[in-house]
Amino acid sequence: MGKRVLLIEDEPNILEAISFILSRDGWTVHTHEDGETAMKKVEGFPPDMIILDVMLPGRSGFDILRDLRASEITKDIPVMMLTARGQEKDRELALRLGANHFMTKPFSNAEVRDHVKELMGA
Amino acid sequence: MPMTMKPRQRVDLMLSFNLVITISLCYVAILFMVAFLAERRATMGNATWLYSPLIYTLSLSIYCTAWTFYGAVGYAARSGLEFATIYLGPTLVMIGWWWILRKLVRIGRAHRITSIADLVSSRFGKSTTLGMIVTLISVVAATPYIALQLQSVTLSFSVFAQSNGQVWHQADLNATAMWVAMGLVVFTVLFGTRNLDANERHHGIVMAIAVEAVVKLLALLAVGVFVVWGIAGGPTEMLARIDNSSITLWDHNGGRWISLLFLSAAAFICLPRMFQVLVVENADERHLAIASWAFPGYLLLMSLFVVPIAVIGLDLLPTGSNPDLFVLTIPLSEGQNGLAMLSFLGGFSSATSMVMVATIALATMVSNHIVVPIWLSMRPNQQAVISGDIRHVILLARRLSIAGVLFLGFIYYRLSGGGAALAAIGLVSFSGAVQILPAMLGGIFWRGATRIGAAAGLSVGLVLWLWTLFLPSFGADAVISQAVFDHGPFGWTWLRPQALFGIGGLDPLVHGIFWSMLLNTGTFLVGSLVSFPKPLERLQGAQFVNVFEHSAAAPAWTNAAAGAEDLLIMAQRIMGSTDAQAIFEREATRQGKKGYLPEVTPAFVELLERELAGSVGAATAHAMVGQLIGGSGVSVEDLIAVADEAAQILEYSSRLEAKSNEQEQTARALRDANAKLTALSIQKDAFLSQISHELRTPMTSIRSFSDILRDGEMTDAEQKRYSGIIHDEAIRLTRLLDDLLDLSVLENGQVMLNEQSGSLSELLDRAIGAAGLLNSDLVILRAPEVANVTIKTDLDRLVQVFINLIANARKYCDARHPRLRISVHDRGSHYYIDFVDNGSGIAFDNQQLIFEKFSRLSDGAKAGGAGLGLAICREIMRRLGGDITYLPGQYGTAFRLRLPKKRVPHALAQT
Repeated sequence: MGKRVLLIEDEPNILEAISFILSRDGWTVHTHEDGETAMKKVEGFPPDMIILDVMLPGRSGFDILRDLRASEITKDIPVMMLTARGQEKDRELALRLGANHFMTKPFSNAEVRDHVKELMGA
Repeated sequence: MPMTMKPRQRVDLMLSFNLVITISLCYVAILFMVAFLAERRATMGNATWLYSPLIYTLSLSIYCTAWTFYGAVGYAARSGLEFATIYLGPTLVMIGWWWILRKLVRIGRAHRITSIADLVSSRFGKSTTLGMIVTLISVVAATPYIALQLQSVTLSFSVFAQSNGQVWHQADLNATAMWVAMGLVVFTVLFGTRNLDANERHHGIVMAIAVEAVVKLLALLAVGVFVVWGIAGGPTEMLARIDNSSITLWDHNGGRWISLLFLSAAAFICLPRMFQVLVVENADERHLAIASWAFPGYLLLMSLFVVPIAVIGLDLLPTGSNPDLFVLTIPLSEGQNGLAMLSFLGGFSSATSMVMVATIALATMVSNHIVVPIWLSMRPNQQAVISGDIRHVILLARRLSIAGVLFLGFIYYRLSGGGAALAAIGLVSFSGAVQILPAMLGGIFWRGATRIGAAAGLSVGLVLWLWTLFLPSFGADAVISQAVFDHGPFGWTWLRPQALFGIGGLDPLVHGIFWSMLLNTGTFLVGSLVSFPKPLERLQGAQFVNVFEHSAAAPAWTNAAAGAEDLLIMAQRIMGSTDAQAIFEREATRQGKKGYLPEVTPAFVELLERELAGSVGAATAHAMVGQLIGGSGVSVEDLIAVADEAAQILEYSSRLEAKSNEQEQTARALRDANAKLTALSIQKDAFLSQISHELRTPMTSIRSFSDILRDGEMTDAEQKRYSGIIHDEAIRLTRLLDDLLDLSVLENGQVMLNEQSGSLSELLDRAIGAAGLLNSDLVILRAPEVANVTIKTDLDRLVQVFINLIANARKYCDARHPRLRISVHDRGSHYYIDFVDNGSGIAFDNQQLIFEKFSRLSDGAKAGGAGLGLAICREIMRRLGGDITYLPGQYGTAFRLRLPKKRVPHALAQT
């Protein structure tokens, strides 16, 4: 069984696209669509890496990231952030809060696959 | 039969050549003082007389150049009454000022237009390319005209030299022309580019040309009076002589008359210098009304004595004398040295005033539309705008352009050998300038005109003019060989420059104008009809064409993030610190703040852009403000323009299916769009960030799934599903663009309301049918009184509001059995129409928020809207003279529309 990726994203089509390409590469993909309950989901089953959208209903990706880095259980999980706002300050904020990578939509599939591979240490 | 004249004795020289030079220099010095004082008065602010209709009318007289001063007599001596067309054309335009000039002036003021190139560029979406084309045409077309002024001043000098017994050779003429050109460069640079006026007005120059207008009129009248009363012996004798002269015998060619009339009328508004005095220097629209009769009056006086002078000159002077110089040679041969000097100054005035204004107008165009765009494109970051010394660059560009334009004129003078008659050169120049007419008139009267059409028409016109008129004007074997004249290039007879398509036998001028204008206009029309305007073009087009309905410029900047200080620094570089600080201080005071740094509101940025446009042109100002405000521009229009391109890409996407090269293209185009969006993304502003999010989200799905499809290796069902997603997302993106455009148009007040009567029930039926209720549980209940109400308003727009409200209920009503109740109340002057559902309603804090753009409260992806619906409803209701409000306390989401029974016309004007 491949390593586990948790994908937190509220746009169903983007969710489906990323799930498809990562599954095809042999990763096990779990998905979650809500910001407010995302933390609980992560702590319930710590995945090998997290792909986290910034604009989520309920709670922003930045807040979630801050909590992830503060918690003993999750502080070392690699996190790749996604955003459609594409502002430089968002990237800076994400990296300052401890994201391992930051990607602006729209992205190429190869970009996603390469970075996931890298962050998984494969 | 010509009268026999007693040979007059040659008058001994009394006007030494050096004296003529000295008097000319004194005259220039006086003009200098006049210009200087006017400028000082203007800056001190106590010079209302500078803005009087009299000065305005006199400044228009730069239409009468040395060509009219000397050339009209020569023209009459050669071709009889045909010269009158040159005065009749402008007269027609002035009398018909209400139709064209008034509109040009209004547009010029509303959009702070700096030149005719700026007008065309601005109209067609602030296009840099068009600005360059028009500038190019204007410079090339002005070249013969400048040459003509140099030639006439040179010739007039030579007349004095010869009357002194000197013999002038071609070399002397060339040297004089060179000195005259250099003198003009110095004078124009000193006065035309002393400062970069915020509004590009030149009080000093205008005052100086007004003085020159009086001098040349007095000079011509004095010579005329002398000729009629001093030589002929009174009006009766004069008329008898005219009857006997050959002038009235010239036969009149109808085609030529009509062509010339058209040419002079069109050139009157298309020549860069005329546009400068008519539109740019116009201080008050009402001056046009006075100038509309005063200027034709001036022209009448200018032309009054043309025929008598020509007749007497032909009688009096030896055969072979140059008729272009009769105005000068008649007084000289009669020993009237004072009069000759006055006449010389009149011709000198005509030439210098034209050259000054023409070179200033051209220099403005060259620097704003060629130099600055190139300079900016070489410095793509915003640092350039702040730290680079733009003001310095612009001033230098203008000075060099002035010298360059005069140099070109000098070259033309040398190449054409200075031999051609003045009038012939002038007509070549006119016919070049009028190539701009179709794009300009089309731009201000026809909303369908597009950038592509204008560029194509202008280019075709320019090429045909060069081939049929400009190049032949150098004479056979100069640029075009005689063989090409006779047999066409490469033996293609249909391309003969004076018999295109094998139609020969026409007057070369009529021939050239006919073909260049016909094909120019035709290309412009066809090009406009087959091409599709970009949103910014459509917005500018609507504003230009309907300038009288809404004179305010489009609100271009949404909430600016640039610091006030950066903007101030930039503005100072362009306008100079005094003007820039005044603008900033005024705005700060208006906002109730002290100092020079106001809040950077969208309105203020817009105002600033307009002020800057007055100095550097609309396209450049837009680009510069854009560089500061973030990325490459942040107006809704710009975003839409970027998104527009993305939408075109998406058309590929939805046709995706299997073709891999098309997918390559899609990917590349998407990368470009993405790069643009990234450039745009430095913005902090929430609205932008939202648009970016709304555009990128569907684009992400499209890109990702098109990559997947290209990789292949999937089941047919998957392939079908993913193509379907791409298709749906493309539609979502298109809808977002439509909404944005609709909103932008509504906010700018460019809506034509189509008022009709209709019954409320029928309107609701239409709306319900269009709101997509097929697979929905929503039940709609109508109060009984709905059936009795008839409404008079723009029914389509109202239905659009209804559809939005019903669709919202369908999407957001969270009751188990969703119901929407629609009722209507008659409140005297208004109908109140309520839409109330049985969902959980909207929290108090959000009740105002929902009408803002992108203020979707729940998850929008599922709801399928971009969050613009209620913002659009609010704008529509405002246009209809009513409003939409959230109605609290109804145990559900409730909206109330207030619709006036009779629309108040004024409601249209306010935003």
